[in-house]
Amino acid sequence: MIRVVLPHHLRTLARVEGEVQLEVQGVVTQRSVLDALEARFPMLCGTMRDHVTLKRRPFIRFFACAEDLSLESPDNPLPDAVAKGVEPLLVIGAIAGG
Amino acid sequence: MSSVRVLVGTHKGAFILTSDGKREKWEVSGPHFAGWEMYHLKGSPVDPDRIYASQTSGWFGQIIQRSSDGGKTWETPGGEVVPTPGAPPPGASNKFVYDTTVETGKPLTTHMWYDGTQHPWEFKRVWHLEPSLTDPDTVYAGVEDAALFRSTDGGGSWHELAGLRGHGTGPKWQPGAGGMCLHTIILDPSDPGRIYIAISSAGAFRTDDGGTNWKPINRGLKSTYIPDPTAEIGHCVHHIAKNPSRPNLLFMQKHWDVMRTDDGGDSWQEVSGNLPTDFGFAIDVHAHEPETIYVVPIKSDSEHFPLEGKLRVYRSRTGGNEWEALTKGLPQRDCYVNVLRDAMAVDQLDSCGVYFGTTGGQVYVSPDAGDNWTPIVHDLPAVLSVEVQTLS
Repeated sequence: MIRVVLPHHLRTLARVEGEVQLEVQGVVTQRSVLDALEARFPMLCGTMRDHVTLKRRPFIRFFACAEDLSLESPDNPLPDAVAKGVEPLLVIGAIAGG
Repeated sequence: MSSVRVLVGTHKGAFILTSDGKREKWEVSGPHFAGWEMYHLKGSPVDPDRIYASQTSGWFGQIIQRSSDGGKTWETPGGEVVPTPGAPPPGASNKFVYDTTVETGKPLTTHMWYDGTQHPWEFKRVWHLEPSLTDPDTVYAGVEDAALFRSTDGGGSWHELAGLRGHGTGPKWQPGAGGMCLHTIILDPSDPGRIYIAISSAGAFRTDDGGTNWKPINRGLKSTYIPDPTAEIGHCVHHIAKNPSRPNLLFMQKHWDVMRTDDGGDSWQEVSGNLPTDFGFAIDVHAHEPETIYVVPIKSDSEHFPLEGKLRVYRSRTGGNEWEALTKGLPQRDCYVNVLRDAMAVDQLDSCGVYFGTTGGQVYVSPDAGDNWTPIVHDLPAVLSVEVQTLS
C-alpha cells in the first residue's frame, strides 16, 4: 500500500483523517499515485495538478524521504521506501502567501 | 412567519446568518470551509435549500460546493466516485476549461495584457454564481479570466458560453487592478433569453438569446482613464443591479460614476448627482421600489475607504441624481473599511431589508430600507460577498 499525507485543507475536502493508503498498479510514480488518489477522491481533481495539462499547481510540492521531488518528472519512479509503503508521499501546500 | 438567511462569503470562510422577519436577533453559523476564500454564495430562487458556493485558494485552486439543505451540509458535486459509463466525469465540478473548439466557430485564445500584448486566457477563480430562475440544477458562473460558464447538472460539470468571448471585442479586453473578472450576472425574469453580465475592465454585455450571441452595452459610459473615453469596450464596470419588476431599468456603479439605463443597456446616463464621490463598488435596488437605489461611496480609486472615516450608505428614491446619506447606526468616525462589489443585498420582506458587508468583517442590516442600521456581526474576516434569501 502506498501512503500519502495530504495537507489539512485537502484532507478536509476529501473528508479523510490521517494518512491515505492507496493501491497503485504498476510503477509507483507521482503520476500513478495522483491518478489513484484522484480516482478514489474525485473531489481532489484539479487541486494538486491542472485538470487538463496535469501539471503540478504552483504552490503544491511533493516530498518523500526528506527530499523535495516536486521538480522531478511525474513519471520517475518514487523512492523504494515510498513504493514499499515504508515512507509516505507528502503533498505540501507551499509556505507562501499568508 | 417569514425569515431571512444571509449568505456571507469572506476571505477565510463562509458564514450563514439567520433571523426571523423582525431581523433583530441573529444566529451565526460558520465558518464553513474555514481558511478558504469564499468569493460568493447564492441560493436558488426555485429551491432555497439549494445553495451554490465558490471556494477558492491560491494553493488548491477552485472548488464548487453545493448544499441541498440550506447550508447545513455541503458536497462537491461530482466528488463521489461515478463508475457508470457515460456519466459526467467525476471531479469535474471545478473544471472550467475555455471553449476553443472549432465547433463554436470562434476559437479565441488571447486577450490584451497590461503591456498591450496579447495574452492567453487563464482560468483563476469563480467570482460569482448565479442560479437559474427556473431550474435549481442550472447555475451560471462568472470567472476570471473573464468568461461565462453554465452548469445544467447542479454544478457537476461546466460549459462555457463561448459566444461572449467570441463576439469580437475579446482580444481588446484588459484586466483591471483586481484581474479580468466577470463579476456580475443578471438573469431577466421577464425574458428568459436575456442575460446581462459585467467584466472588469471590459464593460457590460447582453445576450437576448440565452447566451449564444452577445453585444457590448456601454454606450453612454465615459471613462476618462482610457484612451477613448467613450469606447465601445474597456470600461471598468464595478457592479450592476436591477429590480426584477422593471425589465429595462438597470443601475451601474462604475469605477467612477453611477449610471442608469432605461432601455436594457442600449444607452446609459450618469445619475451620480450630489454624491460626495461617485467612486464605489456596491450598488443595489430596493426590492419593491425600482427607483430606490443604494450605493456606498468610496473616497478614491487608490484609497478604497469612505470619505472622512464616515461609513455612509447613500440612497436615492428618484432613480439617481438626488441622494441622501444614511448614517444611523453606522460608524461616523475612524472607519476605513471598504464594501466590495458583491457585498450588498436586499431581502424581499414588506419592509425591505438592506445588507452589506465590509472588509473590516462587519455585516450590517437595515430592516427599514436604510433608515436605521445595526451590525449583525462585528469581527468576521474581510467580507467578499453578501446575498440574502427571504424564506417563508
